[in-house]
Amino acid sequence: MITAVRPDRRGRSGAGGGAPAAPGGAPGPGGRRRRTLDRLRRGGLPYLFLLPALVMELLVHIVPMLVGIAMSFKELTRFFISDWSGAPWAGLDNYRFVVDVNRPVGAALLQSFGITCAFTVLAVGLCWLLGAAAAILMQDPFRGRGGLRALFLTPYALPVYASVIIWAFMFQHDNGLVNHVLHDQLGLTDQPSFWLIGDNSFAALVIVSVWRTWPFAFLILMAGLQTIPRELYEASAIDGAGVWRQIRHITMPSLLPVNQVLVLVLFLWTFNDFNVPYVLFGRSAPSAGDLISVHIYQASFVTWNFGTGSAMSVLLLAFLLVVTGLYLPLTSRTRRRRGHDARVS
Amino acid sequence: MRRLRIASATVAATTVLLATATLTACGGGTPTTAGGAPGNDKPTTLTYWASNQGSSLEDDKRVLAPELRKFEQQTGIKVNLEVIGWPDLLNRILAATSSGQGPDVLNIGNTWSASLQATGALLPFDDAAFAKIGGKERFVASALGSTGAAGKPPAAVPIYSLAYGLYYNKQRFKEAGITKPPATWAELVAAGKKLTGDGKYGLAIEGANNAENAHHAFVFAKQHGADFFDAAGKARLDSPQAVEAVKQYVGFMANDKIAAPGNAEYAQNESIGDLAKGKAAMLLWQAAGRQLKARGMKPDEYGVAPVPVQSGAPGQGANVNSMVAGINIAVFKNTRNLDGALKFVRFMTSDAEQKVLNSTFGALPPVVSAQQDPAFNTPELAVLRGALATSAAPLPQVPDESQFEELIGTAMKDLFADAAAGRPITTETVRKRLSEAQQQMPK
Amino acid sequence: MRESHRRAQPHRRAQARARVRARVRAGRRSGRSPTAPPRSFVWTRRVVLSLLAVFAAVPVYAMLTSSLKPLEDVTGQFRWWPSELTIRPYIDIWHTVPLARYFLNSIIVAGAATGLSVAIAIVSAYAVSRYRFRGRRLFTVTVLSTQMFPGILFLLPLFLIYVNIGNATGIALYGSRGGLILTYLTFSLPFSIWMLVGYFDSIPRGLDEAARVDGCGPIGALLRVIVPAATPGIVAVAIYAFMTAWSEVLFASVMTNDTTRTLAVGLRGYATQNDVYWNQVMAASLVVSVPVVAGFLLLQRYLVAGLTAGAVK
Repeated sequence: MITAVRPDRRGRSGAGGGAPAAPGGAPGPGGRRRRTLDRLRRGGLPYLFLLPALVMELLVHIVPMLVGIAMSFKELTRFFISDWSGAPWAGLDNYRFVVDVNRPVGAALLQSFGITCAFTVLAVGLCWLLGAAAAILMQDPFRGRGGLRALFLTPYALPVYASVIIWAFMFQHDNGLVNHVLHDQLGLTDQPSFWLIGDNSFAALVIVSVWRTWPFAFLILMAGLQTIPRELYEASAIDGAGVWRQIRHITMPSLLPVNQVLVLVLFLWTFNDFNVPYVLFGRSAPSAGDLISVHIYQASFVTWNFGTGSAMSVLLLAFLLVVTGLYLPLTSRTRRRRGHDARVS
Repeated sequence: MRRLRIASATVAATTVLLATATLTACGGGTPTTAGGAPGNDKPTTLTYWASNQGSSLEDDKRVLAPELRKFEQQTGIKVNLEVIGWPDLLNRILAATSSGQGPDVLNIGNTWSASLQATGALLPFDDAAFAKIGGKERFVASALGSTGAAGKPPAAVPIYSLAYGLYYNKQRFKEAGITKPPATWAELVAAGKKLTGDGKYGLAIEGANNAENAHHAFVFAKQHGADFFDAAGKARLDSPQAVEAVKQYVGFMANDKIAAPGNAEYAQNESIGDLAKGKAAMLLWQAAGRQLKARGMKPDEYGVAPVPVQSGAPGQGANVNSMVAGINIAVFKNTRNLDGALKFVRFMTSDAEQKVLNSTFGALPPVVSAQQDPAFNTPELAVLRGALATSAAPLPQVPDESQFEELIGTAMKDLFADAAAGRPITTETVRKRLSEAQQQMPK
Repeated sequence: MRESHRRAQPHRRAQARARVRARVRAGRRSGRSPTAPPRSFVWTRRVVLSLLAVFAAVPVYAMLTSSLKPLEDVTGQFRWWPSELTIRPYIDIWHTVPLARYFLNSIIVAGAATGLSVAIAIVSAYAVSRYRFRGRRLFTVTVLSTQMFPGILFLLPLFLIYVNIGNATGIALYGSRGGLILTYLTFSLPFSIWMLVGYFDSIPRGLDEAARVDGCGPIGALLRVIVPAATPGIVAVAIYAFMTAWSEVLFASVMTNDTTRTLAVGLRGYATQNDVYWNQVMAASLVVSVPVVAGFLLLQRYLVAGLTAGAVK
């Protein structure tokens, strides 16, 4: 998965990667033609290998995406939904409509976008933090490690609906576990708090999302840790480095390549996550928990106005492309530099 | 490299082809019926999408299966039934509408009628179609009022009817010394205050349920002399009367304090449970009888009264006390068995079926002759029937109705959240929320 | 690079080992293992892991206890220890919704999507990892970008494409398991390819080149050398693909009908028009998750080893 981002270092191993020597390479009148054919066959081979994936992606992702982009230029309301070709072209009207932050639709979109950004940063950060903490602390064997690992992985294995609905259940105002603990048992709050409506809904969203996703970060980081050669630790122990210094100077730098991919993947998933907010809040989220995916759903499905919903999605796509476009080169550079430093020091 | 070029050209061509095919050729429905006109080339089967009326999807299937067998015996048409939960139903209809690939007959929430009518996906019930299902006169007038925009042939016909009633806990009323159910809101608030205390409350409210909120907003607005849509179908969500109406309803929690703050997050019928457990003494609901029974409250433990009004007795105009609630049955325009579909609608709205289905689902038949059956003469249903007959009004039959429900429902949900958090609910705060909702309505 | 780093300093390492041995001996005398982490680390570990364990376990515990309560108790005030236990929810779940059928559908759909997705990802990743060709970068970037479009928006176009394919060819993709399998396999494909390219890259090229010299074709080399060597990575990808298909709600809610509905959507059937059967939701969620969690834990060993090889290089 690093290939997409790493400057290719394999170029020198020869183009085509085909058979080491052309079979029947004896030069002759027919030889040249056969070679050409061979080259063609070999040149076509990778495309043949990519064909199934390409067809699937075209069918399920790319064409629908292009259609989605086309939809964003149409006035696709309920009056035209049963005959899309009859829907009038709207030019940039949908875009103008959704980015006009002086009007409620644009303002609401901007707010939702801000909330989603904050949510994504928090959730990804926490997922990574918890995952990294657990993975590092469980690097050395101790009693009960296997059991803990099983427990930590369980939330990831539950279907989304199940894991969100249990939190919705626990977050209830009157009878929920969370208020029972915070208010009745610990007495931390004067009043039972609302978690599913009002301002706390943002916190609720982050908690549920982190609970569900951090095991994935844990898993990946746990795996990443195992590739760090033991000798590095032994050598630094001998140089007098304590556990904490080892974590800072060996573990963290060695995890950089894993982190690069992990954080990007978590970012994309979290930003576009639909299932968690939808199951937690239903169709209309409280404004503090109004994530962009549900916002777009509300703007297009609930009100049957697909033109504006598509315009919002296209803007989102552009934003994510820009972020990813900036993220990958930046992190790759840091990674190379830091990774280098780690080995030299 | 030639192959590469060929490959990429093929890819590009396929992309363009698929994309244009999707954009232009869709919505045309089945290839056999050009232009989406109904046909009759599949005369022996029907697909029926039923909405969830009973205690579970499986329960609905168990109720409907024997009836569908009867229909098959009578007509030889096999009905493929699919019961679809409410959260999915509108999306499924949407997908069916946009692709032309749908059921033959389907249930819709009656408030969706005008919205779906505007898509042109449903068969209009013109006089000819009505003649095939037994005539327009068979249906209760108020229920027919919620089947599509005025002046157009209805997009559907009613199959189950409901109206709001005031459900109250007799025991709690007795304890508080209240002898008769409140008939005006002032009386309800007074009674509610007597009933509130010791962790118990006077009224249960489904504060986070958009549809419930919108229904109440509609009725309260009527009582304040406001309509959310003018005659031209233009929305006005934030008129001073509408603001007063919403403020009065949300005020039950915020200002009168007769509803528990926790109700602000109720969206899954928790309020019925509160009534059954005595945690709340009153509830405004449509046909709650069966649900109360499921929660262990016997019919003699609760009373049902007409929903209060501002003053006087329920009636029309400012004394409307319920929306016309219910489910309609519609024929999908792309059906390939039009005659069969209409036969099926006729069957489902026949007196016999109306009695069986409505009594099982705890609803009222919207068919005049079936309504007279003694099965619908329980104290509960008598009140609801009275409301439907005299004092219920249909929600605005305009294409933007679903947006209205969603926007005003959300605004009220936010207001309830504010109230629960102890923030004041004033004319100003209500107007601000409603203006925001107004500005999101399509022009 | 690490190899050379290590080899470059044999002398220092020998010295180091001697020092560790000396400290081990010293430690034995003082009764504390010298390699044991310091007290601060052990305490941090205890505290942090305990907190995490509570965080992970409490919802699961709440799920378990709620699934064993009668409905009136579940909707009442939460109690850590149920006053009344019943297994009724575990019996009722099979009647309230056709759970067995949904479960079967989910297994078929997720299983087939996983199998196909992994197979396709393997060939694609092989091409990207072992061949140089024009459009290679474009392919990987495009694949990545498909992860950025909000799913809710291509739901409708995709549905239309399926319906149109159905109308044109008679292949029913809409409402069928096939359509759902196709959809889900594509959902997991991008990340699977991405991940597998990493794994394949980590397998020395010498291995498959040797196989080619021995007379294997490209497919032979892939199947005989690369796939076995990357088994752990493939397991990792398979688990990821399975979970993607297992949990998806939105597309399943529109693209399935009564007979093909999957669990992720079907579980919502416990929240009906009239009532939410909390105890049954919990019971059903647990019942359907047990096989998944079990399989997950069984494969965990591969997964850990596999991710190692792929993610880090």
